[in-house]
Amino acid sequence: MEISVPLFLISGLFLGWALGANHLANVFGTAIGTRMITWMTAALTCGVFVVLGAVISGAGPSGTLGKLGAVNAIGGAFMVALAAGIAVFWMTRLGLPVSTTQAIVGAIVGWNVFTASVTDPGTLTHILGAWIAGPVIAAGFAILLLKLVSKVKRHYRPHLLRADAYTRAGLWVAGAFGAYSLGANNIANVMGVFVPVSPFTTLSMGGLFSLSPVEQLFLLGGIAMAVGVLTYSRRVVHTVGSELLDMSPTAAWIVVMAHSLVLLMFSSEGLEHFLASHGLPTLPLVPVSSSEVVVGAVIGIGLYHSGRQIRWRSIGRIAAGWVMSPLISGTICLLGLFVLQNLFHVPVYREISFAITPPVEARMVTAGLPTAPLADLQEKTFSSSVRFRDALRARVNLTGEQEGEVLRLAEINPIHFDPQKVETLSISWLTPAQQKAIQQLSGRRFPSKWAVAEALAGLTEDWKPLPRTTVNKLHNRQIEEGLAIVYQTFAAPTPAQMPNACPCTPELGPRPPGPRG
Amino acid sequence: MALSSKTALFGRTRALERQIEEFLDSVSEAGLLFLRGLKIYMTDGVSEEFAETVRDVSETESRGDELRRTVEAELYEQTLIPDLRADVLSLLEHMDRITGTFQANCYRFSIEKPDIPEEFKRDFISLGETAVVCTDSLVMAARAFFRNIEAVRDHNHKVLFYEGECDKISTKLKTAIFDSDLPLDRKLHLRYFTERVDAAANEAEDVADELAIFTIKRSL
Repeated sequence: MEISVPLFLISGLFLGWALGANHLANVFGTAIGTRMITWMTAALTCGVFVVLGAVISGAGPSGTLGKLGAVNAIGGAFMVALAAGIAVFWMTRLGLPVSTTQAIVGAIVGWNVFTASVTDPGTLTHILGAWIAGPVIAAGFAILLLKLVSKVKRHYRPHLLRADAYTRAGLWVAGAFGAYSLGANNIANVMGVFVPVSPFTTLSMGGLFSLSPVEQLFLLGGIAMAVGVLTYSRRVVHTVGSELLDMSPTAAWIVVMAHSLVLLMFSSEGLEHFLASHGLPTLPLVPVSSSEVVVGAVIGIGLYHSGRQIRWRSIGRIAAGWVMSPLISGTICLLGLFVLQNLFHVPVYREISFAITPPVEARMVTAGLPTAPLADLQEKTFSSSVRFRDALRARVNLTGEQEGEVLRLAEINPIHFDPQKVETLSISWLTPAQQKAIQQLSGRRFPSKWAVAEALAGLTEDWKPLPRTTVNKLHNRQIEEGLAIVYQTFAAPTPAQMPNACPCTPELGPRPPGPRG
Repeated sequence: MALSSKTALFGRTRALERQIEEFLDSVSEAGLLFLRGLKIYMTDGVSEEFAETVRDVSETESRGDELRRTVEAELYEQTLIPDLRADVLSLLEHMDRITGTFQANCYRFSIEKPDIPEEFKRDFISLGETAVVCTDSLVMAARAFFRNIEAVRDHNHKVLFYEGECDKISTKLKTAIFDSDLPLDRKLHLRYFTERVDAAANEAEDVADELAIFTIKRSL
């Protein structure tokens, strides 16, 4: 284990702590604000269920690795997590709810700027879409739920005290469920990036149960989140719970339910897959942030009652926080990377080169991409994606999708299935067939990621992506996440990092199965 | 364990609902007992039957007091209905005052033994009946506040109507008293009792006004 790994883990734990401190407000803020649940009960419930969610249903590499896929050195990952953590902490100190995902995305954009990497337009769409879509959808949901609850109350006419007891129980159950989901969905934001370099070994408790290295990482991250909830969450809870609008307990419950429903319906790939696989129409997946959804739902309740009670000044302060958090995390990340690289000489990225080699050209032809206008680029190697993209744009007009495909194919990313690493590889969410395929590639070297993907797909169906349909989206996403782990685990030094010798032998694709020499 | 504690929580809620209902019953009952006592007094004066009715009103008032204190303590200890707790406590306390007024009136008749001329007895009974209908409407408005908020307005409307009727009856009665040939001391004594019987309706009107505000708050 590298000594630097636990040191780098601290930034993940800090991010977890800041995330926990900020997100109690999303799941219990309105319940505490309406005095239906005490802060202590909420914090303890949230703390316990966050840890359970992280360990039992931790979403593995989903989320972060998808977003942090480009961050290819642990020093860079450290600074991305630290910058996001500082931004979230800062907002928490100001008492503002903040989207952790957006803070992380902002930090990644900072990393992209520092390393002259191309920023995926989808990333920016994610940020901007969440600012608008989240609150608007949530406000609409809250109004619909309010009407529904009013009808139900009018029909059943529960006694005031009975309604109070049901609302209280509903708030607690919804809060506990929300805390569980918070742990399960956000643990990847906190610890996902450290999965390939987990410093732990499997821990067995007297044969009763065992914790894999990943589960230990997630437990640690879950505990960090729980500590954040218990130590530093009061101020944001106050903002969401009572500063925006004076709410009734029923309205508080509606906010929590609107939050859960919006997240489930507009951001659940699982639900989309379920609907598509049963031949039902799917809802568009909109990038929504849970913090923004909660604030939107509170505004919806206020608007339903004529809007006069809403404290727009507080809403404005929160909206400014949404815009500020990715900007702050991006700026901190940029400065931090500079300091880390130049003052502490810590590598914050692996330099990735781009070149149109003959195999790449052949692959481009297969994909129907134009190659003739790019003929003069064949002898050139570009040291950053931005420079390569600019060269492409100067020669040919490509659609965004085509440009992305050329960048993907031309990326020089040597991968070496080091036999020692293959032997010790333990990733619980890979299928046995996927693990076997990795073992079959032991000792082999590849020039780029796509070559590895094709080699693995050639060995087992479990690595083969299905045609791009809504039903197959989840399956393909899982394969992409698995591949991201493989790339990160077996990344070999790039030619730029080894100026005197190129250790890799470019290969077109997988070697036919058989004895390896 | 968690399930049983939740069941216990709902069980406690049900018990508290019953106590609130019983408290409202006690307010209504105190009014009916007062009316019975008033009618007995008008016929037989301070008889044994009247004394028994006064004891019944007193017991009902004590039971109402006890129920109100229990409900208040439970609401605070279990931190129930945090947004409406103050309103509910205020409602219960003011309703309890109406019971107290009925009890106090019974004691006043018992102690001061006003000598009511025959020609005014009918109006006194009519005033008592209307005041009791008025407080009964308030009890129904209070029950609706807990169960069927939309109906509060209807019952409140009746409270205001009957309070107006009480005012008319008491004004007519007081005018008749002061137009009579009775000596001034008796006129003043009878006027005092007219106002005391009418007081329950006036208090009911104040509570109804308060309840209207609580209802608006609750429906927000």
